[in-house]
Formats: sequence, structure tokens, C-alpha cells
Amino acid sequence: MSRPNSFRTGPDENGHFGIYGGRFVAETLMPLILEVEKAYNATKDDAGFQAEFRERLVNYVGRPNPLYYAEQLTKKLGGAKIYFKREELNHTGAHKINNCIGQILVARRMGKRRIIAETGAGQHGVATATVCALYGMPCTIYMGEVDIARQQPNVFRMRLLGAEVRSVTSGSKTLKDAMNEALRDWVSNVDDTYYLIGTAAGPHPYPTMVRDFQSVIGTEIREQMQAAEGRLPDSLVACVGGGSNAIGTFHPFLDDPSVALIGVEASGHGMETGKHAASLTGGRPGVLHGNRTYLLQDEDGQIAEAHSISAGLDYPGIGPEHSWLHDQKRVEYVSITDTEALDAFQTCARVEGIIPALESSHALAEIIKRAPALPADHLMVLCLSGRGDKDIFTVAEHLGVTL
Amino acid sequence: MSAVSTEGRIARRFAALKAQGRAGLVTFITAGDPDHETSAALLAGLADSGADLIELGMPFTDPMADGPAIQVSSLRALANGARMTRTLDLVRGFRAKDADTPVILMGYYNPIYAYGVDRFLADAREAGVDGLIVVDLPPEEDGELCLPALDAGVSFVRLATPTTDDARLPAVLANTSGFVYYVSIAGITGTASADNSRVAEAVARLKRHTDLPVAVGFGIKTPAQAAEVARVADAAVVGSAIVSRITDNLNADGTPRPGLTGDVLGFVRELAAGVRGARG
Repeated sequence: MSRPNSFRTGPDENGHFGIYGGRFVAETLMPLILEVEKAYNATKDDAGFQAEFRERLVNYVGRPNPLYYAEQLTKKLGGAKIYFKREELNHTGAHKINNCIGQILVARRMGKRRIIAETGAGQHGVATATVCALYGMPCTIYMGEVDIARQQPNVFRMRLLGAEVRSVTSGSKTLKDAMNEALRDWVSNVDDTYYLIGTAAGPHPYPTMVRDFQSVIGTEIREQMQAAEGRLPDSLVACVGGGSNAIGTFHPFLDDPSVALIGVEASGHGMETGKHAASLTGGRPGVLHGNRTYLLQDEDGQIAEAHSISAGLDYPGIGPEHSWLHDQKRVEYVSITDTEALDAFQTCARVEGIIPALESSHALAEIIKRAPALPADHLMVLCLSGRGDKDIFTVAEHLGVTL
Repeated sequence: MSAVSTEGRIARRFAALKAQGRAGLVTFITAGDPDHETSAALLAGLADSGADLIELGMPFTDPMADGPAIQVSSLRALANGARMTRTLDLVRGFRAKDADTPVILMGYYNPIYAYGVDRFLADAREAGVDGLIVVDLPPEEDGELCLPALDAGVSFVRLATPTTDDARLPAVLANTSGFVYYVSIAGITGTASADNSRVAEAVARLKRHTDLPVAVGFGIKTPAQAAEVARVADAAVVGSAIVSRITDNLNADGTPRPGLTGDVLGFVRELAAGVRGARG
């Protein structure tokens, strides 16, 4: 297990972060999971792979994206100096593409010919469809019927990009069920299919692999903050559904005790209503989708339905490394309601001229709560994980506007 | 119940089948489907209808390796109040009347983890459970439940699949007990059917690695298919097709029609006849 002086050495060889993580999948998938692990391990020391990944991030994704000093918001809140890490400026509009570029290169090296993925808000689906178009691979995206209804623009984008979007009508018809269906597809098509998981969850090595690909976010923040202010930031804030943008933001800073790390879950209608998606705040450890992690579940171990205004956070689990960091108290996890996120969404649009994704708006709402009480020399960074264009229909509906 | 009687029930049943020169029929139903009482009645009738071993599904909201038929049955049972304690009650009720037919609980790990592994094993043993099949616990996670189960005298039946190659097979078989369950297709339950010549090859391959009986399942829908499998394996497992018969006998509001038990058990008798006649 991890050396005591570092939070960055996990997972162990079996994919465990403390008691979390692991490989809880059907035997049919095990040989394939081991093959993915082998293929991923081989990429780490492969200069050719790393060069290709870097080149794509620069010339296709548009990295490095800016670390933007949000001067107007800073003035308005009257406290901490606020920076936005502009992941929403990436090609396809969110951080998801970083991971998709990395994984499709792994899939190609494995000789796989077909890609499947699950998506909630559609951002990961769009990013997957994009890299599949780029590399000429057929792809099938599983998406819950409920999410298809509330994320129409992204569904259309995926189809334009040549992906097949399959509507999932089982269970709660959202992200968790899309993941079940993708796993079923994978079990049925193990020979030629690669499952491109969109968040830092699932069986080992996915949580590690996705974290590593997304760590470009935190690595750039380090360099850019050094250039802008000559020192490390004091706090980093990111939203957490499965938690890939958050772990990518946090991981390069885990061993810097002066940097406070804050993960923001979705508390939906409010923790007290039971209609939320806050797995760490309101769940307990269990086993689902190939890993042990905090889950929303009843006392009999049946998985509960999550609720969030944001389809991207509407998942009853969380990446296993977050569960471990929560138990270790290295990262502080808090929660923000639908209403608070909607308010932050509008504030950002009006004050900064940036329409943030509803997911990122949860992190922004936490910043709005904290910043005023902090000193002016406190450097606070928001991972602005995605743009909000996809959410305008949802937001309009909540504001009583017909588009 | 002594360790000998639980560990022995599966072995005794396969020894008896061997003595009769035939394969066995393993039937699957989901505990509490469509409701507790009907499920108890079905369970009570399975052995008399020709089931040699009984697999009882522990309902779970997210059965990732199962197809639509079994997922629907799980959700139906949960909606009608199925819980782990009631699943064990069903086994207890069955065991009070049948001391011989092996009962294997099948499902996913989270409900067991939530119940508590030690408490679960003690209660399952006391209720008369002979073995466990837990789909999402590969050998890499043996420390979770497989090894404690073996210590507690409960068999841990492992799945072997078409993707389990010769290099991996010894690891899969290492802590397996009772029998080996060969999943005849790389896929989910109740969908495609396997090519029987490939099943025969696979069974022969398993037999080179283990002395345990080999049961074959996934995709067996008819008495004729069950008979084909029974010619090459020690047992044929039928699940989705039986569960679908339950679904076929429900009213629009999900309540059971009067003839449900008779129709489902009638289908089991047809399957049993297929299996029993296979090597005639």
C-alpha cells in the first residue's frame, strides 16, 4: 500500500486504494480487464505513446488551456483571489476529452475495433464519439432514457459524429443503468470491443488510468499558478460525480499540505430529502460497477437512485480514490443543492461572461460560499470542467422560460 | 447442521446422478419473485418436478451480468418486499421439508457485503444453504467471501467462461467447490445459445483440470437444448427461460395468475424429461 509520506503512490498492485477499488467483475470480463491493465502499464514507459498523447492534447484538444484570473467575480465576492482552470475551452467543451484521447490510444494498441461508452450529461459520450470519428472506429454510446430527454443537444452531437446512441430503459434510466448496459454489451462482445469508461471509477485499472490522463489538469495548474503568482494555490475546488475532473485537479497536489482540496458533490433537493447524489456525504461503502467505493444504498445493499439537476453528477457512486481520500481526510467533501448550483450558474454568466456547465456550477457555488470570508491573498482555483451550452434547456425550464 | 451435511449435499447429489447414469437439472428462480408466497410455492415444487439442484437468486437492483428476464425478476421481487432475511427464510422453509436437494444462492456481492460476510455465512449455513455463486467476485477477490465461505463449510461455486483460457483456469478452479459452472457463451443470461460442439469441447477441457462435476448454463431455453447439454455435461442449468414463464403468468398489474405455479412447474417437468432422456 501507499508509503505513509505520500498520497500519490496508490493503488496497490491489485488496484486497491485502502479498502476501495479492486476488480469486482464477472469472470467473462476478467481476462479482458487484465489485458487492459497490461496495455495501460505498457504505455507509461512508452515514449511513443506519451509523445502521441501530448501531441493530440496540444493540437487537437487545445492544451494547455488558460488559468484565468476571474477578476470580476473576485471583486464581487470581496475575498479570495479566484482563478478558473478553463477546461470548458477544450475541444468538445469539457475535460472529458483528455481521458478519451488517452484511452482510444490504449484501445488501438490493444487492436480493438469497436468502442462502447456510457454517458450521463452526454459530455463523455460526445468526447468518445469525437475520438472515434478521429480514429475511424465505430462506437456505441449507452445513455439513460431520462438523460436523453434532458440532454438533446448532446444526443444530436453524438449522432452527427457518427455514434450510435442506445437508449437505456432499465432501472432509473440514468447514468448507473447506462453503465450496467455498457457492461452487458462488453460481456457479450469481449473479442473486439473496448469499453471507454468516462470517469475515475470501475474496475482496476480504470480509476488509475483515467486519473493519470486527467492529471494534466492539475499539472498545468501548478505550472500556470507558478507563472502567475510565483507559488502554489491555497485551495482547489472541483465538482465530483464519478470524480474524474476532481481527481485530475487534485492528484498533482495531494502531497502539498498547504493546498486545501475541496470536492463538491450534488445534494440535489437537499440531503434531508433523500433526493441527492452525494455518495460520500450520504452513502456508505459497497461494491458496484467493478469497484468498492461509497455508494447510495439502502440497508439491504440495494442501490438507490441518485438525484441531481446535473445529469453528469447523477450517479450513486464515486471513484474509489475519492473514497480513500475522504477516509484519509486529505480532501474535504461538501455538497451543493440544485438551487445553489443554478444561482451560481447565473452569477457566473452575468459577472464573468462565461456559461459554466451545471456540474461545474456546483463547485462554483462552493467558491461563492467560501471566498468572501478568505483573505485577499488566498489563491483559490475552480476547475471549470465544462461549458454550460448543453444545459441551457434544463436551466430555462427551471427558470420558467420556454425556448 | 454439521459441516459434513452441508458440504456433502452437493457431492451426494452428483454421486447419485452418476449412479443413475444421467445428468442433473439445475433450476434457477429469483427469491421473492413475483412475491414471497408464490416464490415459496415454486420452491416447494421444484424438486418434485424434476429439479436436481436449486439455484435461488438473491435479488439485486443492478445485476450487470444478467439479461432482461432476470433483471426484471429481481426488480419485481424487490418491489414486493424481497430482502436478504426473507431469502434466507425461503431456504429455511424449503429445508424443513427437503433435507436432500442442494440449494445454491446466486447473486452479486453488495447485498452480502451490506448484510456482513460473517453474519451472512452463519445465517446461510443455518438456513440450509449449500453453496454460493457470486457473479462479481473473481479469484482476484477471493479474500472477500470465497475463502471465508470455504472455512464456514459453504461451497463457493465458480463460473468458468469461454474467455477463461488454460493459463487462467487453474486460478479459477483453485478455490472452487461443489461443482464448476461453465458459462457457455461470452454474454449475459438468457440471450444467445451456445454451439453444442463447443460446449462439449469446453467441458472436456475443464475435466482435464478438475475432478469436480461441471454444470453448463446461459442460453438453455428448451427441453431439447437442455437434453443436448445433458449429453456432455454433469448438469444443465436453466434460469431465464423459467423466470420468463413466471413473467408470462402475471396480470398486467404484476399479480400472479392462478395457474402460475402449475405452468412454471410444468415447464420444469418438461426440462427434466429432456435431461433424463438425454442419454437414453
